[in-house]
Amino acid sequence: MMTTIAFRLNDRPVQIQVAPDRNLLWVLRTELGLTGPKYGCGIDQCGVCTVLLDGRAVRSCITPVQAAAGRAVVTIEGLARDGALHPLQKAFIAHDALQCGFCTPGMILTAYSFLRVKPNPTREEVIAGMDRNLCRCGAHVRIVEAILTAAAEMRATGHA
Amino acid sequence: MNPHAPGIGSKSPGGPAVPSRRAFLRNCASGLVVWFILPDLGAQQSEAASAVAAGARAKASTDFNAYLRIAEDGRVTCFTGKIEMGQGPVTSLPQMLAEELDVSVDAVDIVMGDTDLCPFDQGTWGSLTTRQFGPQLRAAAAEARAVLLEMAAERWQVPVTQLVVHDGVIQDTKDSTRRITYGELTKGKAIDRHLAAPPVLKKPSEFKVMGQPRFRRDAREKVMGAAKYSGDIRVPGMLYASILRPPAHGAKLLRVDASALAADKDFVFVQEPGLVAVLHELPDMAEEALGRLKAEFEPSPFRTDDRTIYEHLARVGPEARLVKQTGNLEAGRSLSMTTVATTYFNAYVAHAAMETHTALAEIVDDRMVVWASTQNPFGARAEVAAALGWPVSRVRVITPYVGGGFGGKSFNLEAVEAARLAKATGRPVQVRWTREEEFFNDTFRPAAVVNVGAGLDAGGRIAFWDYEVRFAGDRGSELIYDVPASRIRAVGNFNGPPGFHPFGVGAWRAPGCNTNAFARESQIDQLAKAAKADPIEFRLRQLTDPRARRVLEAVAKEWGWQPAVPGSGRGLGVAIGFDSGTYVATIGEIAVDKATGHVTVKRVMCVQEMGLVINPQGAKLQMESCIMMGLGYALTERIRFKDGALRDTNFDSYAIPRFSWLPQMETIILDAHDSPPQGGGEPAIIVMGAVLANAIHDATGARLLELPMTPERIKTALPA
Repeated sequence: MMTTIAFRLNDRPVQIQVAPDRNLLWVLRTELGLTGPKYGCGIDQCGVCTVLLDGRAVRSCITPVQAAAGRAVVTIEGLARDGALHPLQKAFIAHDALQCGFCTPGMILTAYSFLRVKPNPTREEVIAGMDRNLCRCGAHVRIVEAILTAAAEMRATGHA
Repeated sequence: MNPHAPGIGSKSPGGPAVPSRRAFLRNCASGLVVWFILPDLGAQQSEAASAVAAGARAKASTDFNAYLRIAEDGRVTCFTGKIEMGQGPVTSLPQMLAEELDVSVDAVDIVMGDTDLCPFDQGTWGSLTTRQFGPQLRAAAAEARAVLLEMAAERWQVPVTQLVVHDGVIQDTKDSTRRITYGELTKGKAIDRHLAAPPVLKKPSEFKVMGQPRFRRDAREKVMGAAKYSGDIRVPGMLYASILRPPAHGAKLLRVDASALAADKDFVFVQEPGLVAVLHELPDMAEEALGRLKAEFEPSPFRTDDRTIYEHLARVGPEARLVKQTGNLEAGRSLSMTTVATTYFNAYVAHAAMETHTALAEIVDDRMVVWASTQNPFGARAEVAAALGWPVSRVRVITPYVGGGFGGKSFNLEAVEAARLAKATGRPVQVRWTREEEFFNDTFRPAAVVNVGAGLDAGGRIAFWDYEVRFAGDRGSELIYDVPASRIRAVGNFNGPPGFHPFGVGAWRAPGCNTNAFARESQIDQLAKAAKADPIEFRLRQLTDPRARRVLEAVAKEWGWQPAVPGSGRGLGVAIGFDSGTYVATIGEIAVDKATGHVTVKRVMCVQEMGLVINPQGAKLQMESCIMMGLGYALTERIRFKDGALRDTNFDSYAIPRFSWLPQMETIILDAHDSPPQGGGEPAIIVMGAVLANAIHDATGARLLELPMTPERIKTALPA
């Protein structure tokens, strides 16, 4: 059963004909041509598929596309503004906070969502906030440092 | 949507050169397309098999043009058969090239793992990129630099010694108006000229780029989501395949019924020997449709589970082979006042890279082009060619970024499957394993059994060491310590032989070493305790290898180690190891919750000596990576199974390290810039099992002999 679903994707309006119960992950990766959200587990266990729905991190592998109707979806491709990297992206580069990079989009978007709620987190709070995202390369220590650095910059500059 | 391939069943999609095959096309009334393809590979396959063997014997290219190309604008492209899976050659290889060629590292681009463009490579594993490929690349760049200088000298009719080069610009020191760029000299063409004598590499004292910490060159595209992995490659008309897997290893398919799909013409169903797949233009639709197939399998012939496997592996296998023997074992035994005999075990462990095996295959101009998440592009080319019955010259493998490998992407079943399906359908086909398939098809780090007997003489030194490793492999089994009488034997290896494990096994980050270091360094700790000695002092008693002594002494000093006999209650563990030319010594501090058996790893310090370091920043990343990943196999990771069926097939029950496990971590690289560079991707992980086992013993008195050291096992082992 196909339905028309409209939402904002990375700040642009999109409207697609789609089966509403299909997972957002595959709709983003096929009909909408994106590659940032990755497949990792399919059952909400690893976080590599994370996208923002109205600014909050959701796992697109278990989110039906109809949940996005009328809302704003942001993927990693939409985080930089006018070519300027988000402070989280800059901090991940500055800390070498990645290796294979497959989990990186999900890490950054989960951190973004977390910092909206906790703009001035302790190290322990960052660790707790990121604990459901998996990284097999073991970049954890640098990811934590990068998030703390980005949080400080965001507070200092008023960056969202 | 109309995924039906044009010209289905008429002509083989690869054109006339494709080996003949009989393809039966059955159009159901509903429109479902069913293909039964019976391959007649025979002669072609054996031909391809010899091509595979020839490919495997291929030698590294001696023409420097195979490794680099200078464009007219001066940009340099580095070509390597190595791949980037997170371990960092995307940064360190351009550093080496830039150093020897005398260009800016920012002027170097890199093409990795493309079998059409890159020189042959045996595969990205064994921490070999820096220590084995590195010297080849450096020699190529040094030769290119020398030839370019000769060309400039001839052009200006001046001696070469009068010329200098900086950032790709050659200048005449006697005439400042004379300058020419590499690009102007080569005009973007290959250089048809070589040195008569082998090129001279720069000395460490001359380095400007090598040895300097560099940030990852791929970070920007990776944080922007622009980096492409195999699953991100899209070509027009592609189909996504979902492949039928048996419920258990060894369970053969009896019959499959695809009639449930008959009502929907959007699906393509392919059945070949050993390959049953549903294809669709949307991956989730293909996956959903796979669930509607009705398939019957024979029961698995395997009758082991994760508890009985050790008894099985202790009993079966080929003859033990002697790895190394020193002195007279019986004499050593007779000198022993105390002997300690122990059997150590470790479970099957998964690679569990975040990216599952993925490949896209497309027939382009009579050739099969495969984008694959592989650690071994040339091996993948050979596997695909053999499966298709085509010569390797008709297969091209391109390796985008790889989302983690750890040894698990050394074999390339997904590439073979994609290529077979592309050949069968005439359409480009992506195969992306689900996480469950990733576990099912994994070549696990093998379950292993290690028997160690050792004794102490009257002076509290090790008098004999009798060691047998079963199925983990002999890499890392040799004794670092000086023992007058020792025997080291191995049964099987990390990759088999086949017939003894209920599923595939293979290389897992530092194959063999993790098991061997766990057994050896746990046993040494037991001997230290028997000798009533501090574990570091005890190790140094019988350690003359200067590099081993240096890392151990350094970690003790940096940690601020206070001597105590194992079982001190402090929760400190130490272990040393040697792998890939590199020495490591690690101390860990843990706490055990005695009510639950839960271990908290508080602090880990690793000291490493790896010869000349190309990129100190990248080397530290790998050490941190090893420590973090090592916590997993030490504490939680194990495959539970019964009769060939896996119980752990996703991250809901297979627990890998998380942020909340993060210890305070210190990594120290000792300066050894006058010795050749050694491996860095693996050594620091090998000691983690023993460090934590020794720390748990130190904290609680419990000696854990089996990895992983789960809370329930620790609770059971706690002294009453």
